[in-house]
Amino acid sequence: MLTPALIAAAPADLAAARTQMALSLGWHIIVACLGVGMPAITLIAEWRGHRTGDVHYRLLARRWARAMGVLFAVGAVSGTILSFEMGLLWPGLMGVYGEVIGLPFALEGIAFFIEAIFLGVYLYAWDRLPPRAHLLTGVPIVLAGVASAFFVVTANAWMQHPTGFAAEGGRVVAVNPWAAMFNPATPPQTTHMILAAFMVAGFAMASVYAVAMLRGRRDRYHRLGLLLPLTVAAVVTPVQIGVGDWAARFVAENQPVKLAAMEGVFETGRAVPLHVGGVVIDDELRYALAIPYGLSLLAHGNPDAEIMGLDEVPRADRPPVNVVHWGFQIMVGCGLALLGLAAWLGLAWARRRDLPRSRWFLRASALSGLAAVLALEAGWVVTEVGRQPWIVYGVQRTADAVNPAPGLVWGFVLVSVVYAVLTAATVYVLRRLARDEPVPVAPQERDVTGYRVV
Amino acid sequence: MTVPLAEIMLAVLWLGLTAYVLFGGADFGGGVWDLVAGGAEAGRRQRALVEHSIGPIWEADHVWLIFVIVLMWTGIPSVFAAVASTMYIPLTLAALGIIGRGAAFAFRKVSTELWQRRLFGAAFAFSSVATPFFLGTVAGGLASGRVPPGIAEGDLVGSWLNPTSLLAGALAVTSAAYLAAVYLTRDAHRGGASDLVDGFRRRALGCGIVVGLLSAAGLIVLRLDAPVLFTELTSGRALPLLVLSVAAGLASLVLLWRRAYLAVRVTAALAVAGLLWGWGVAQYPVLLPGVTLDRAAATDSVLAATLGALAVGALLLVPSLWWLYATFQRGEAGPRS
Ligand code: HDD
Ligand code: HEM
Ligand code: HEM
Repeated sequence: MLTPALIAAAPADLAAARTQMALSLGWHIIVACLGVGMPAITLIAEWRGHRTGDVHYRLLARRWARAMGVLFAVGAVSGTILSFEMGLLWPGLMGVYGEVIGLPFALEGIAFFIEAIFLGVYLYAWDRLPPRAHLLTGVPIVLAGVASAFFVVTANAWMQHPTGFAAEGGRVVAVNPWAAMFNPATPPQTTHMILAAFMVAGFAMASVYAVAMLRGRRDRYHRLGLLLPLTVAAVVTPVQIGVGDWAARFVAENQPVKLAAMEGVFETGRAVPLHVGGVVIDDELRYALAIPYGLSLLAHGNPDAEIMGLDEVPRADRPPVNVVHWGFQIMVGCGLALLGLAAWLGLAWARRRDLPRSRWFLRASALSGLAAVLALEAGWVVTEVGRQPWIVYGVQRTADAVNPAPGLVWGFVLVSVVYAVLTAATVYVLRRLARDEPVPVAPQERDVTGYRVV
Repeated sequence: MTVPLAEIMLAVLWLGLTAYVLFGGADFGGGVWDLVAGGAEAGRRQRALVEHSIGPIWEADHVWLIFVIVLMWTGIPSVFAAVASTMYIPLTLAALGIIGRGAAFAFRKVSTELWQRRLFGAAFAFSSVATPFFLGTVAGGLASGRVPPGIAEGDLVGSWLNPTSLLAGALAVTSAAYLAAVYLTRDAHRGGASDLVDGFRRRALGCGIVVGLLSAAGLIVLRLDAPVLFTELTSGRALPLLVLSVAAGLASLVLLWRRAYLAVRVTAALAVAGLLWGWGVAQYPVLLPGVTLDRAAATDSVLAATLGALAVGALLLVPSLWWLYATFQRGEAGPRS
């Protein structure tokens, strides 16, 4: 094996590489969440339509499947860019540790195949298969989507908690790929991620119909379009909050520097309060609301537990505190707000078997997709920025992993322009899809076959 | 007995690459024909055929590329790092082409207005040419030994702007177009569109001749630019593969002439695959200048786990892939025009 010689990259190039990675990951993850969550929700609609014969469900399923066709295509290409970028931007990481995280990616490749194959059949053979067989072709899409999210996040979990290899002088000499894949960070991180995908998909799909209902389209089609995805998301939300707590405890145990940055703790101490809000200025968290004993309790289940402060590590080893702190605040804030929305729906349903009557409920639902995406992005910022300056926690620094070739900045500029165009085109096409071929006033009169999927 | 894990891994990787060239390559080729199909009205049916043939399968075809990349960083990580870092310009351009191609294709499918279909269609067609070209230049740089080991140690421009690379780029685009024309002839035939059949048959014949000429020119360029590879190809153990490729190429022309549209699919694929395996065998075991497979391969535990996982995965994949292609090769055929 070779030891790649490392030459330092220019700081501007390093910054460009990181921003490019963050941009393309942050973009991909939204579509990927829809790719994980949407097939399941679409299948539920199709199944309900098949069972009850309700044409609205069947129309919804077709409509969602059309959007899925577009989303999977952009998901696939944006994911491909990511696999390129792993090498283009971070050859120092991949050249040494590529083999350590290779196994989950190879498994992910199998999952992608399954996903793409069955998606092709599901979308293009809708009218050629009997309903039950068609439903069944959707099941592998759901399983493979969840599996690919699992596999890729195990790779990220390894970057947070590297295990399963032995290195000597910058060379990997022995690997246990299964131990690397099932590292201690894997259970909380993958669970949290997969649930996030269902939340993002559910709330985002519900948002579309909440907006339509606010505009006065209150027929059964739109109500079901709101209710079905929102119910899925509402069921997942409380579980997700619990899993988030598990993730936080895990960070407290294993990445104390990240926890200190999340909470803006600078001095090691006992009985540390939980800080809400605030900004860090000159190594001190100011203007924050302090909840006594909060952090010690939440992180270690003991009001007197000790929390390590950032002062214990050299400045060069600290992540940017404000970014991580605010990322965490935003995620938790959005998560709790969404929990509130879920509870509102649950209460109204328990009482009256109906949606809450208030317009505010529709307004909140219309925003819920945005809040879920915000929580998702914020969560990743906490995880990835909180890991800095390490690309592999405690093992390799980000600055040692970056491609030292000059001109990464220009690659970044080019990629940003392309992503801007891609974003505009995707949004435009999806809006068109939502608008054109409007649903007939009385869908019973024309059966769903009038709506081709592709 | 020790199992030659590294060799198996390399062979699997090369199989994946072959599948990508034969399936994904043909999808790009479809885009090339889309590009030259003429005005919106004149080229409408031709474009519809391309869209109809590619639609259900291109995502699955595309996964082969991801498969190759992932196996590279798993099986030969330092080589992956060397190639990606030195070749980052053409690879970035190829990546952007991949975005443009996939997204525009999907967007065009669901857009209705002419200007949108034109715009997305143009992006789809243009990136279908650019992507194989840049991927081809990378292959040319590797074949001519222009990617040294280490990170970004090679010439960032000369490594892919050189005679071998340019030729390989041109060869990639034309063989993609050739494969697509051959496959599309049969698709049009099954759909009963006889004018399209004739059109694609003519294109396949023309393109086949161009690919043959380019390959011959390629040998001359290789002789000047990469003499070691040239010797291996023309007199070493790769010679049989080269002969196979030439023979299959000639047979394809005859079969096309005689309108044997199903058989020519096989020979056309063999011609392209022969070239690819000829290159692989000629260069083996040297991956980069001074780096042989046994020095670059990952540890045995990684290779064993990955190959084992792939073997189990293949049990799922092979029948599924078969089913996918079978579903769309029979039944309702041809574009609705
Ligand atoms: C809909 C999305 C969503 C919601 C509502 C929440 N999270 Fe989250 N969180 C994520 C989506 C997410 C994520 C984007 O999926 C992350 C990034 C990495 C990961 O595995 O999950 C994440 C990471 C993440 C981490 C960092 C893990 C690490 O660095 O290894 C912690 C500590 C939490 N979360 C904690 C919480 C808590 C206490 C929540 C309660 C309100 C919460 N999350 C709600
Ligand atoms: C398997 C999954 C993932 C892997 C292997 C991975 C890998 C990387 C790598 C190599 C970098 C660059 C080095 C660095 O700056 O730390 C990075 C940075 C980053 N990633 Fe991830 N990532 C993964 C998942 C994600 C996801 C899904 C997101 C979602 C948004 C994300 C967000 C970020 C951000 C924001 C940065 C920039 C951090 C900074 O340097 O300031 N990551 N990640
Ligand atoms: C470094 C990080 C990542 C890499 C290299 C990566 C790579 C890829 C690739 C190559 C594809 C295309 C597959 C196809 O053609 O169908 C893809 C799609 C996908 N990725 Fe990622 N990915 C990353 C992060 C993530 C994360 C964190 C998730 C978690 C949810 C995820 C989930 C998916 C899913 C579900 C798809 C299927 C296609 C779709 O939904 O549109 N990826 N990814």
